[in-house]
Amino acid sequence: MTRLARPCIAALLALSMTLSIAACDQPHMEDQAKYETFEAAPEWADDQSALTPVPGSVARDARLGPVPDELPMPLTAELLERGRERFNIYCSPCHARTGSGHGMVVQRGFPQPPTFHSERLRQAPLRHFYDVISDGFGVMYAYRDRVAPEDRWAIAAYIRALQLARHASLADVPADVRQRLKRGDATKVTP
Amino acid sequence: MAPLFRRRANSLAVVILVGILALLVAISVFAYVVYRSPYQTDVGYAPEQPVPFSHQHHVGGLGLDCRYCHSGVETSDFAGIPPTLTCMTCHSQEWTNAEMLAPVRQSLTTETPLSWTRVHDLADYVYFSHRAHVNNGVGCESCHGRVDKMPMTVQKAPLTMKWCLSCHRNPAPNLRPLDEITSMGYSPATDGASGQMLMQRYRIHPDTLKECATCHR
Ligand code: HEC
Ligand code: HEC
Ligand code: HEC
Ligand code: HEC
Ligand code: HEC
Ligand code: HEC
Repeated sequence: MTRLARPCIAALLALSMTLSIAACDQPHMEDQAKYETFEAAPEWADDQSALTPVPGSVARDARLGPVPDELPMPLTAELLERGRERFNIYCSPCHARTGSGHGMVVQRGFPQPPTFHSERLRQAPLRHFYDVISDGFGVMYAYRDRVAPEDRWAIAAYIRALQLARHASLADVPADVRQRLKRGDATKVTP
Repeated sequence: MAPLFRRRANSLAVVILVGILALLVAISVFAYVVYRSPYQTDVGYAPEQPVPFSHQHHVGGLGLDCRYCHSGVETSDFAGIPPTLTCMTCHSQEWTNAEMLAPVRQSLTTETPLSWTRVHDLADYVYFSHRAHVNNGVGCESCHGRVDKMPMTVQKAPLTMKWCLSCHRNPAPNLRPLDEITSMGYSPATDGASGQMLMQRYRIHPDTLKECATCHR
């Protein structure tokens, strides 16, 4: 009997040690002692971990020079494509995809913005659209927090394209596409 | 002396042993089912919010793009929750006296943010990035469901490791072209470009997507 006692005690000890490790509740790894984005932080300002930047802060990649008066980048198809995408996200709810000013939110009672196809806005420099997006205009709020400077130029360029398109004639269309337009399958023309 | 055990005890012992084993298996299966059930994974979780904001009205009804409000989704890991000013771009003129919107107006005047309650919350030991998915052909709908039909925001996916991996092992059938990322009701399987072609266009290599360090870093 004594011959067996030692291994038995050893086995019991090993067993209880493994068991006690398993029973040990891990400190909660799902919720670690760090702040995730926007997590509430009691005792910080406004109880939030996301602090407001000090007045006068400048973003690390901000361009500090004066805003140019003309389009600062080459006018490419990609730029217009980007402008179309951003315009449809941020502007079309009110200005409509065509720029007429009859967007969905206007149909629900928002004051109607002027059409982009008026003579005054057709003559306006691109910089005017850039400024309206940056600073807002009348009842329209500024979009500077959501539309980056390059995108503002892209949108401005796209608005110009919308304006030109409204007054385009058949003669402006390349010859091969003109044939298809005449046949009436205009939907296949837009790329 | 009569035998301590009758002959029957032999078969009884077998029945008891098998019974204990079967019970153990049943308990583990039950535990696993409960562990992976909506009760544990939070599928269907739709917490009370400070303002009864409805995606159904704003996305389904007004046709707003997700990025109008969740503007960080393409450029950062965090999708972004709109600040009060974003609501006010419309509600400075729309429904200006609605009782429901009182907390929004109060937030603007007192300059204290609205405190929304998180719906989705991954464990802190998992790394997740919206930018990595949204710019590589995975649409919001694949993970968040038909948001445009939600009067209350609700969690649709279990967010378990199994769920992430089921797509990381074979992303092709879930990919969309870039201009359909925020669309609702688009079916990657039947509409538009084929998955294999998109895999090449986005240059996705599924090998690294299964490595532990992709999500646990
Ligand atoms: C919530 C609705 C709304 C959205 C979204 C919106 N606007 Fe406007 N916008 C207006 C209204 C309303 C006016 C007229 C403001 C006034 O006259 O008080 C206006 C005016 C303008 C004008 C005319 C300025 C002038 O000289 O008359 C321009 C240009 C313009 N917006 C561009 C944009 C661009 C670009 C975007 C997208 C980044 C945009 N808007 C998004 C509502 C909106
Ligand atoms: C008008 C602004 C607005 C638009 C547009 C919008 N959302 Fe939201 N979204 C919010 C607000 C505010 C919340 C926080 C309140 C809530 O959870 O309901 C939110 C929350 C969410 C959440 C849950 C976040 C969490 O706490 O886990 C998801 C997911 C989401 N939105 C997805 C989308 C998708 C996808 C779209 C586009 C189809 C979209 N949203 C369009 C304003 C918006
Ligand atoms: C682009 C414009 C726009 C933005 C941005 C917007 N709303 Fe609305 N909201 C509306 C309109 C329009 C209605 C009226 C809905 C209708 O008529 O179907 C509305 C209605 C509501 C209602 C009334 C109940 C309902 O759903 O019909 C609430 C609450 C509300 N919005 C909250 C918010 C909050 C919170 C935000 C900011 C995260 C926000 N809205 C941002 C346009 C907007
Ligand atoms: C690959 C799956 C996936 C896709 C695609 C996806 N999301 Fe998410 N989303 C998640 C997960 C997972 C979380 C929870 C993140 C966390 O807890 O850290 C989340 C959280 C959110 C949140 C809460 C804030 C945050 O970032 O934690 C919002 C808002 C949101 N998603 C909106 C969107 C929108 C809008 C899109 C499409 C443009 C989108 N999501 C695409 C999986 C996804
Ligand atoms: C519907 C498909 C899908 C789901 C669901 C999904 N992913 Fe992904 N994930 C992808 C694709 C596609 C990529 C892009 C791969 C690439 O960049 O080549 C990706 C990339 C990533 C990356 C970046 C990898 C890198 O190399 O930078 C991380 C991190 C990630 N996913 C984590 C997650 C987590 C965590 C979950 C679950 C909460 C999840 N994903 C769910 C499809 C998905
Ligand atoms: C695509 C992303 C992804 C990859 C790749 C991944 N995981 Fe996970 N893992 C997760 C998520 C998400 C969870 C959280 C699951 C939950 O909350 O239920 C998780 C949870 C875990 C857990 C905790 C399980 C629990 O139930 O508590 C362990 C352990 C783990 N992962 C190990 C691994 C190992 C080992 C690998 C590599 C073979 C790996 N993971 C690869 C996404 C991933």
